[in-house]
Formats: sequence, C-alpha cells, structure tokens
Amino acid sequence: MYRILQTLLITLCLLVSAHVTGLRAADDLGALVSALGTAKLAELDDRIAALAKSGDPRVIPVLEALGEGNLYARKADGGVFLTTEMGASLVLVDPLDGAQLGEVPKGELQKIKVNNAVRRAVRSALGGLTLFSADAGARLKAAQSMRQTPSADALEAIETALAAEKDVTVRKTLDEARAVTLLVSDRSDDDKRAAIKLLAEGGGREALGALSSALSSADASLKPDIEAALQRIEQAQAFWNAGQNVWYGLSLGSVLLLAAIGLAITFGVMGIINMAHGEMVMLGAYTTFLVQDVIRGSYPALFDWSLAIALPLAFLVTGVIGLAIERSVIRFLYGRPLETLLATWGISLILQQSVRSIFGPTNREVGNPSWMAGAFELGGLTITWNRLWIIVFALAVFAALLFLLKRTSMGLRMRAVTQNRRMASSMGIRTPWVDALTFALGSGIAGMAGVALSQIDNVSPNLGQGYIIDSFMVVVFGGVGNLWGTLVGAFSLGILNKFLEPYAGAVLGKILVLVLIILFIQKKPRGLFALKGRAVEA
Amino acid sequence: MITSFLLKSLDRSIVVVVAILLGLAIAIPALNLLTAPDHPLHVPTFLVSLFGKYLTYALLALALDLVWGFCGILSLGHAAFFALGGYAMGMYLMRQIGVRGSYGNPLLPDFMVFLNWKELPWFWQGFDMFWFAALMVVLVPGLLAFVFGWFAFRSRVNGVYLSIITQAMTYALLLAFFRNDMGFGGNNGLTDFKDILGFNIQADGTRAALFAASALTLALCLVLTTAIVRSKYGKVLVAVRDAESRTRFLGYRVEHIKLFAFTVSAMMAGIAGALYVPQVGIINPGEFEPGNSIEVVIWTAVGGRGTLIGPIVGAILVNGGKSIFTAAFPEFWLFALGGLFVFVTLFLPKGVVGTASAYLARRKAHRRAADAENARDNLVAEPMAAE
Repeated sequence: MYRILQTLLITLCLLVSAHVTGLRAADDLGALVSALGTAKLAELDDRIAALAKSGDPRVIPVLEALGEGNLYARKADGGVFLTTEMGASLVLVDPLDGAQLGEVPKGELQKIKVNNAVRRAVRSALGGLTLFSADAGARLKAAQSMRQTPSADALEAIETALAAEKDVTVRKTLDEARAVTLLVSDRSDDDKRAAIKLLAEGGGREALGALSSALSSADASLKPDIEAALQRIEQAQAFWNAGQNVWYGLSLGSVLLLAAIGLAITFGVMGIINMAHGEMVMLGAYTTFLVQDVIRGSYPALFDWSLAIALPLAFLVTGVIGLAIERSVIRFLYGRPLETLLATWGISLILQQSVRSIFGPTNREVGNPSWMAGAFELGGLTITWNRLWIIVFALAVFAALLFLLKRTSMGLRMRAVTQNRRMASSMGIRTPWVDALTFALGSGIAGMAGVALSQIDNVSPNLGQGYIIDSFMVVVFGGVGNLWGTLVGAFSLGILNKFLEPYAGAVLGKILVLVLIILFIQKKPRGLFALKGRAVEA
Repeated sequence: MITSFLLKSLDRSIVVVVAILLGLAIAIPALNLLTAPDHPLHVPTFLVSLFGKYLTYALLALALDLVWGFCGILSLGHAAFFALGGYAMGMYLMRQIGVRGSYGNPLLPDFMVFLNWKELPWFWQGFDMFWFAALMVVLVPGLLAFVFGWFAFRSRVNGVYLSIITQAMTYALLLAFFRNDMGFGGNNGLTDFKDILGFNIQADGTRAALFAASALTLALCLVLTTAIVRSKYGKVLVAVRDAESRTRFLGYRVEHIKLFAFTVSAMMAGIAGALYVPQVGIINPGEFEPGNSIEVVIWTAVGGRGTLIGPIVGAILVNGGKSIFTAAFPEFWLFALGGLFVFVTLFLPKGVVGTASAYLARRKAHRRAADAENARDNLVAEPMAAE
C-alpha cells in the first residue's frame, strides 16, 4: 500500500514539474530566440548553447535556419524571423510556431551573420536536439553520437530525452550516453558510481573508451570502481571475441565441409584421388552465374529463387560431367590411385581452360538474393545471413548424404562395393554401374557446393584451385572413408584456423595449420577416425 | 624381373646419353661463342639459356624419378626442393649486387632497405661466399627432406597420403615465402642479379658456361643415379617399391632405404634449382606452386618412370612443346598439357622411353626366337639332306 502511494506521489510530482518546466520553456524560448537578433558574433555561441539547453524540438528549425543563413532580425524592433524569399520581398515566418506573418521588403530586415565557429556550434547543438526528433532512427543516431563524444553540457538534454523516450533500443543507447556524459560532469560520486555500474553491464567499445578516459581524471574514491568496471568489460569483450572467433571458425568450417564432402565420397569411399574436384565446385558456381544471367535477362522477379533453381541444375551438370569422366578415364585406372591423380589433374586443367575460353578469365558477378543479404546482431556477435545459410546448407547436405549412404538401397550397394568389390559383384550388384554413380554423386555434391560458394567467393576459373588442397587436408585429417570424420575435421580445422589468426596473422595461421596437419598425420596416419580392422590394408 | 631386364637393356643407352650431354656441353657454347651471328649454325644466347633451363628441369625430373620410379614415393612437393635450392643461389647472387642496387646499400639487398630493415637477418649471413651458398643449395633441401622423410617414413605414411602431405608442405612453403616478413623478398622474390663468381651474369660467355655446367651436372647426376639404382641398395629400393611389406618382413629397414633415396633426390632437385636461377634471372614464391610439382611428375611420366633416361627425355619434350605451344597458340597449351596427362596415364603408362625399350626388347626376343627356330629347322633339315 505504502509502495503504491509512494509511486503515485512521485508520478504526480514528476507530472507537475514537467508541466511547470514546459510552461517556463515556452516563455523563455521566445526570449532566447529574440536574443539571437541582438547578439554580437562572439556572443552567438552562448546564445546557441542556451537554446540547445532548452531541449525543445521547436528550436531545431531556428538553428537550422541560422546555420544556413536564413534567419533575419527586423531592424525596427529586433524581432527574429525565419524567411522565405519572394521576389524583392521576404515572407516572414514565426520561428517557433511557424505561422506566416506577411511580406516585408528586404531592406527592413537584417541577416544574422554567422561564421564557421558559429556554424560548428549550431551543428553540435543540433546533434543534441535531434534527440527529440520524431524519427526513432534519427534519435538513435543522435544518442550514439552523444555516447561517442560526451560533453557535460548535454547531460540535461539527454535526461529530458530519456524521460520522454519510449523506444527500447534508443532508450538503451540514451542510458549509456547519459552514463558516459555523467562521468565527465560534476554530479555526485554516487551518481557516477551508478553510471559506472551501468556501463560495466552494457559493455562495448564506447563504454571501455569512456571509462578509461574517466580513469585518469576521476577522484581517488571512484578509481577502484572504474578499474573493476574496466576489467569486467574487458572480460566480457574477451568472451564475445572468442564467440566471434568460434562463429568465424564455424563459417570457415562449413565452407571446408562443403568443399570436402564431395571429395569424402570420391576419395574417402572410392579411393579415387580426384584432383578435378575443385573444378566441379567451379562449374557449380558458373551454373549459378548462368542461371542468374538468364533470370536477370528474362524473369527478374524470380531473382530470389535463383539459388533454388541453380542447386538442382548444378547437381545435374556436374553429376553428368563426373559420370562422363568416370566412364571415359577413371574406370580404366581403378587400383592405381597415383595414376588417377595425374589423369584427373589433366582433366582439371582442361576444364579450367575451357571455362576460361568460354567465360573469360575475369571474375563473373553472382548476386546475393535478398534473403541472404544483410546481418543481424546476437549479443556481441554480428552474424551475416549468407554465412548462416551456408552453415545450414552444409549441414543439410551432410545429413542428406548420410541418409543416402546409410538408409537407401543405393547407399547400401555403394558401401558393399567399397568394402568388398568381388563379394558384392557375386551378389549380383553391378559394380561398374555403382562406381559410376558414386563418382557422379560426389561430383554433383561438389557442384552444389559451388552454388553456395558462389555467394561468398569470386567466381573465376581459378575458384576450384583454392579449395582443392584444403579439401584434401580435411578428408585426410578427418579420416578417409568416414563422413563423420570429414564433418569433425572441417569444423575443427576451421575453428583452429580462426583462433590462430589473431595471434599469428591470416597467412602464418594457415601455415601453422598445415604444419600441424602434417605432424598429426605422422601420429595418426589414417586420420582422426580411422577405419579399423583389415580394411585398412586394402 | 622386368626392371632388372630393362636396366640391362638400358646399359648402353645411358652411356650414349652421357656422351650426348658431354657433346652438347661443348658444342652449344662453341656454336654460340665461336660462330658469327649470321652463321647458319649459330645458336643465339637466348636459346642457350632456354636449353640450359630445360636441362635443369631434366635434372629435377631425374631426381623425382629416383623416388617415384624406383621407390614408389610419389612426391608432389619436389618443386619445393628445387625452389629452395634456387633461393639459396638467389641469395648468393643478391649479395653479389652490393652497392650496385637502387639504394646502393653495400650490405642489404634492395627489398630489405625498402622494408626499412636495419641489419642483415642471421639466415642471410655467409651467403656472400660462393662455397657457403653452394653448400646450402644441397644442405637446405637435403635437411628438409631428411626431417620430413624421417617423420613420414617412420610412421609409415605412404602412397596417396604421402603425396598429399608433400603437397601440403610445398603449399605451406609457398604461403611462407609470399610473406614479406620472411626476409626472402616476398611476392617479388629475388631478381636483378648482376654477376656470379665475378662474371657478368648477362654476358654470352657466362650463359654458355652456365649451360655447360648444367649439362655436366646432369650427366654426373645421371651416372650417380645409375650407380645407386644398379647397386645392391638399388635392388632393395625396387623391392620396396614393388612389395614394401614383404621387404620389411625380410628384415630390411624400409624407412632408412626410403629416407636415403628421398634425401638424395631432394639434394639433386636443389642443385637443379641453383642452376636454374642464374639462367632465368629470377626466383619467386611462384616456384613453390603445387601445380609445378605435379607438372614435374608429368614430365617423368611422359618420358617413362622407372627408366633413367625417360625423365630427361620427358622434361625436354614437354617443355620444348610448352615453349612452342605457348608462343603459337597460348589458349591451347593447357588443353594440350591436360590432354597429355590423360593420354599418358591411359595409353602410355611406361612413358615414351619405357614403351620404346619394351618394344625393342620384344623385337630382339622375337628375333632370337626366330633365329633359334631357324637353327632347329636347319638341324632337322640336315639329317634329311644326309639321307
């Protein structure tokens, strides 16, 4: 009961005081504006500051007019007006309520002169005043700028704005702006302590900057608080940085997974060293380019669907090319892995040069559909939609492949042929046919990976070369013949890479990863998840 | 069985090849230096350097053949050893520039002055002396191969896995040498060489001498590899290639046998690189490209792996073809090279030399059989005549 009464009372007081300040502001404002007319150039700064301090949105047009040189004073009585030009005369407008006050000849008025210093004052005053703009975006921007460059004068304006603010995001930024500003003002230590606490909770780079600059000037009694707050923010930042690294690592891992998963089939399951694998990825990306090209030319409305259309097409195109390669070259080379390596390398050169001859050596532009553009914030993380979709897509492809291999009769045949070709053949499985389809499947998946990678990489004839070594590393690291190994390998290499990068730099990080893999293979020559039993000697 | 037979039949041909190489080492420089430019037999200097380059490639292919053809280790990183040898020679040549560089710094190469380095890094010390650089040309690739091979062979990484990690090795080196901080000229590599052992590197005489040196080194290395392959050790090497587990069970230390071949081969590749750099005038990280190493494999495959002359013939054929093709139809060179990869693996697994010598051997055997038949016929015919 007591609590309710108290709340009521406080609300009442606030209302009354707000009303009173409002009334007083209206009276004062007229006087303040008129004061502009009589001020000398040197005094204008103070007058502008006084206007800005009022925090009244009606001041905005006045200040804007002043900055643009549109504010005039009547010579007769010193009244200040906004004007619009009309032939030889000027139309007078009341600066505060915007009412038209008739025309007067130009001679009766005198422009209020401004110089650069005044313009600057106007600009900063306006920055504070847009805190009261009707547009939430403008308010947010103003609050952010105040948070970035705190000035003690703005404190009251911020507090007034805070009292009126309804939007949650703007409120949060304003709160922080208030805290940052409070630290540089002469408020009591308790207020400052509360502000420090708020900043510590909010975190962020601005808070860190404000607190560390406050540290040097603050009282001795406040210093421990600030130091604790700084430490807390730094810890939070370290946490989010680690989170960001994990995210980047997952993103890189999903790219590696996409690139390597087709190889996990051709190399891991069939034992074929397919050096043309990267070129299948490249062909998938070019298929996307062609699909988008047709859509741009003929059915622009379908653009958001371009990837969905390109995906099956890329699978088909690369699958068929893979089938052709298997039938024409690879089937003669089974059991001779090193020869396959050379032949497929030759094929990769031919494919690269064909694409270069047809599409030219330069990068082709592949656009992002609208649902893949942009980013959103999650805690302290910035997450771009295209990366998120690629992770989802990579996992989906992985799951689909796992299902195909483990739950369908085709998959059963593939595994049977891999494990014991002659036995499978005796059971009536047409092994050459299974070989061809398996290779086509691996190539088709590479093509689908190309569709996804076209969204984040340059589509050029060299696209595939960049992935081939990494893909082999992933498959070998994860363990040949094991899809789960490929998954774990891709993500752990991705994350490892991104965690090494801040310490070692991008290139050195990559070198370290390569060296680590080389060393790892010494320790476990068959990868993370090695096939056990006699199969390994095959 | 087949290999030893091939080896015997190649006996004479190796002598012939060595003789040809020695002849070239005298003839080409002579034709370049002693004949007038308008003489029909005159060899222009750019051709001397070009042929010299082919010979260093041939040496690289020979080095690869020692491990791939005779030991079954398909190294996809041999270009790395080649490039390391090249860099060692390049460092010597850089130190010889002295005050003639654009910045005129007597100690630091231009790129270091440009990067604001104050003193010579420790690993550049000593490269002003030729003997030291020459030692490094052999030691650095040899040491890398020794350490790399010691780890890899000991843990029985073989076949495809070894190929992939050698590729990773050259890729890692490629990335490393691209970095400016490494102190090897980064992206641009080492170039603008002035002289070698006091002779102007651009002069006709120096070029001819470098060609002769390349031909002699190739001949020497050919004799050396022949000796290795013919020795008792070479027999075990081939046994490792054909049946590694069986050789191990017979009590041989397979990893030691492989390691020796791998290290010797890397040293030869390093020497090839060192001869290559002064003739081309530049060494940059591009030499570490994994694609380069794979190209070396195709030279060897075209010529014939497991034959000692094959890689030499293959390297010269493919690179000669490349020079002609890229000048005449630049678009089609990659088609041709790619097609060559496919064609050779499918239809010429023994390579040009291997196929040719097999053909010759078959014809010889055929003729001997025919002779034997004739002799028997005669033997059968004689009693009839006597009757």
